Amino acid sequence: MTVSNGQRRKERIDRGIKVRTEGIYALSSLRELSYLSVPRLVLIIGMLSLPFAMPSIYWQRVITITCIYALLALSFDFLAHYVGLVCLGGAFFVGTGGYLAAIANTTFGLPPWVTVPLAAVVGGSLCTLLLMPCLPLRGVYFAIVSLMYPLLLARVIEALDILGGTDGIMGIDSFPNRWVEQYFLIGILLLLTFGVRRLVNTDLGLVLRGVKDNDQAIRASGMSVTFYKSIAVFIAAVIGCLSGAYLVHIYMWSGISQFALDFSILPIAATVIGGGGTLVGPVLGCLLLVPISELLRDFGTLRIVFYALILVAFIIFRSEGLMVYGQRKYHQFERWTEV
Amino acid sequence: MSGEPIIRVQEVTKAFGGIIALSKVSFDVHEGEILGIIGPNGSGKTTIVNCITGFIRKTSGRVFYRGRDISDKPPHKIADMGITRTFQIMRPYYTLPAYKNLVIPLFSPRAKRTGGWRGGGRRGDRNTVGIDILEEIGFERDSYVPYKTASTLPTGYLKRLELARCLALRPEVVICDEIFSGLSMSEIASMVPLIERLQMDGITLIMIEHRLRELFRVSNRVIVLNFGEKLIEGNPQEVMADPKVREAYFGSQKVEEVMNHA
Amino acid sequence: MQILIYGTINSISLALFAIGFAMVYGVSRLPNFAHGALYVLSGFITWSFLNAVGMNYLLSIVLSMLATGIIGALIYQFVLIRVRGMEISEIMASYALGLAILEGLRWRGFRGMTYTLPSFIEGSTEIAGVSVDYQRLLVVGIGAAVVALLWLFTHYTRIGLALRGMAQDERAAMMLGIDSDRMAVVAMGFGSMLAALAAVVLLPLGNIVVEAGYNVLILAIAVCIVGGLGSWVGAVLAAFLIGFAQILTVVYLGAHYQMVVALLAIILTLILKPSGLFGQQKELEERV
Repeated sequence: MTVSNGQRRKERIDRGIKVRTEGIYALSSLRELSYLSVPRLVLIIGMLSLPFAMPSIYWQRVITITCIYALLALSFDFLAHYVGLVCLGGAFFVGTGGYLAAIANTTFGLPPWVTVPLAAVVGGSLCTLLLMPCLPLRGVYFAIVSLMYPLLLARVIEALDILGGTDGIMGIDSFPNRWVEQYFLIGILLLLTFGVRRLVNTDLGLVLRGVKDNDQAIRASGMSVTFYKSIAVFIAAVIGCLSGAYLVHIYMWSGISQFALDFSILPIAATVIGGGGTLVGPVLGCLLLVPISELLRDFGTLRIVFYALILVAFIIFRSEGLMVYGQRKYHQFERWTEV
Repeated sequence: MSGEPIIRVQEVTKAFGGIIALSKVSFDVHEGEILGIIGPNGSGKTTIVNCITGFIRKTSGRVFYRGRDISDKPPHKIADMGITRTFQIMRPYYTLPAYKNLVIPLFSPRAKRTGGWRGGGRRGDRNTVGIDILEEIGFERDSYVPYKTASTLPTGYLKRLELARCLALRPEVVICDEIFSGLSMSEIASMVPLIERLQMDGITLIMIEHRLRELFRVSNRVIVLNFGEKLIEGNPQEVMADPKVREAYFGSQKVEEVMNHA
Repeated sequence: MQILIYGTINSISLALFAIGFAMVYGVSRLPNFAHGALYVLSGFITWSFLNAVGMNYLLSIVLSMLATGIIGALIYQFVLIRVRGMEISEIMASYALGLAILEGLRWRGFRGMTYTLPSFIEGSTEIAGVSVDYQRLLVVGIGAAVVALLWLFTHYTRIGLALRGMAQDERAAMMLGIDSDRMAVVAMGFGSMLAALAAVVLLPLGNIVVEAGYNVLILAIAVCIVGGLGSWVGAVLAAFLIGFAQILTVVYLGAHYQMVVALLAIILTLILKPSGLFGQQKELEERV
């Protein structure tokens, strides 16, 4: 016998179709298959058709820049929500990858097809090495050091007037035509997004997630936490440097502005808005934020104020982000029950 | 159980600021035995485990494993050499299912090298090996229990999961930190055969315990710590008969009363 | 000789930058990444009082220090207190706020070299054959006075003792009836006022530039990490270490390398002795 005292509670239950699609039963009928595949197809088809949907070349360029930011946001989300390292200086990767690609292209004459992957790997290694001293320590130190590197590198380049100083390195090759430029990047973005999602569910991915949840248990299992953190930072750095290298070929120029705060802050804001931990949420967040920031371009550095305030708001109110909300609605339904 | 001790703890001292948690503690552990470490709360039992396994830096003293000095090695290297431990405050990977919890230790270099528990690690698919290990320690194979998220499992299963995590590495020494605490009599009764089986497999066990009756059933040698010092070592009967031990647990006044009323 | 004098001045300047940050961290374990922003903000507030409102200089300084202190306390009360305890969120939130302030100031038009604060005393003098501005001497004097006053404050006044108690052991302090949230707000207010003090003393030596906000933040963090988060002696020592290192590089290598010295100092400390020279956070070395 239940006694109702008039209080209600919201209950969240997985939808029937979600339960039916777990495991092998996902293949049992078209309905289940589409439940799983439709969101992914929407994302893929949506991203691939974006360049066509844009009214002008200017907006196509915006989409390309969005993808660059999306790669950075992806690497931030991976590091922050799966490994527990908050990288406050994504611009570090962009700048490093960008300058390396610029040097490879102008000094050594390598074509974009070579410089981009080369800068990604070499830049990734370099960044990981420079970040290594703070990996054995608490996460705070990683945040501090990652925040400082772009600020300091920008100053060093400016002060020493190396690598082109304030003018930057010019005369970098661009891609053959703008369709290649866009679709190649969208392809890379989709590949890496789904790739990282697969990665976090592999055995290695589980260990990396373990580093975040429970690093003492990892040590007790005979694995070096510093080593696995380095692997995670390397992956994120490669993605970041890739985006930087691609960027310099788009603009045909490499300069100090690559160490700018935009590249550090916008991915964080995009992740927080789009839904941290989902790896797709940050991409969506960028799709939202970058066009808005383009519209705000006339207002100068106000846009950074804008990102910063959004970030603070989300942190304080601990919102879950669009994608997390969306996933919850998609997979679960809610109802009121009597307590 | 031959000559050279498998672990030698030599005059280990640990001070946290002004508090001396361990004071010149020395003992040997022989291969294949089950050694119990007992003592009232705050006597330094978990601290000595942390010092042996490298989770805390010692103030002074040495620890030797099979003759090698492991005093300054980091915890993951010590675990890699074969000394594993459970945690008193349990640390499973809460968001993962039980069997996935074992995939992580099976990924370690030691598991890859030694093949993990019963050589399953070499076969490659860590998921199935994880389920095998769970079955061996008492999770019912055909039920949904191994697939449940660790955060939903009751204490008895979580304790076994801790132990399974150690076994996945094919350890030589397992240090159990209060593994019986929080368990009911029947749960303990089902864990004791498991521990005896581990001893038969050649594993050396060090057990830190409060539940003395259950501990004395499995171990044949115990060490008593009190306020960071080793009081006595010997077999359970000798140790419990010693008046200093009674005083440590009950306080001297109580011992007087008990003696006078006996 | 020149190195000695300018080295000392630089070191005391660094100590002034770091003191506000160190206080906030010591008491409430909050890494206040808005520190640099508060520094620059107080400079602009002083300038505004002085020029736009036409106030007396001394009054402008006092009001600006109070205003900055209040702003800092408000930031803590309404924003940072909600993320108290979650270190990474604290860093992100305080950094974002600092950014908002700095970039907001930049957008408002505070660009370029046209904003200055006048020195307290014009002119210069000679010490042992080296010419030194009076303002710089004032820096040393005020710096020493601040350290002494703070020492007295935290040892002999109720609030000061409460702050010290919280810095040493928060739980024990709470058991003694000290409201840790309120004390944290007070600490933040004080830390902001100290940033303002540093600003009004040091900004007259140059221009008010938004970039200084980032520099001050980096230098303050460098001093605190090298000296050990939570140790006053360490912070002062680290200030001297880094201060002299900077002057030496300026003399022998070039003025551009100053900030590089700071970064190198941080990296070296993290590699060699993560808890800093006199660090109290021994757990960084103890791996528990």
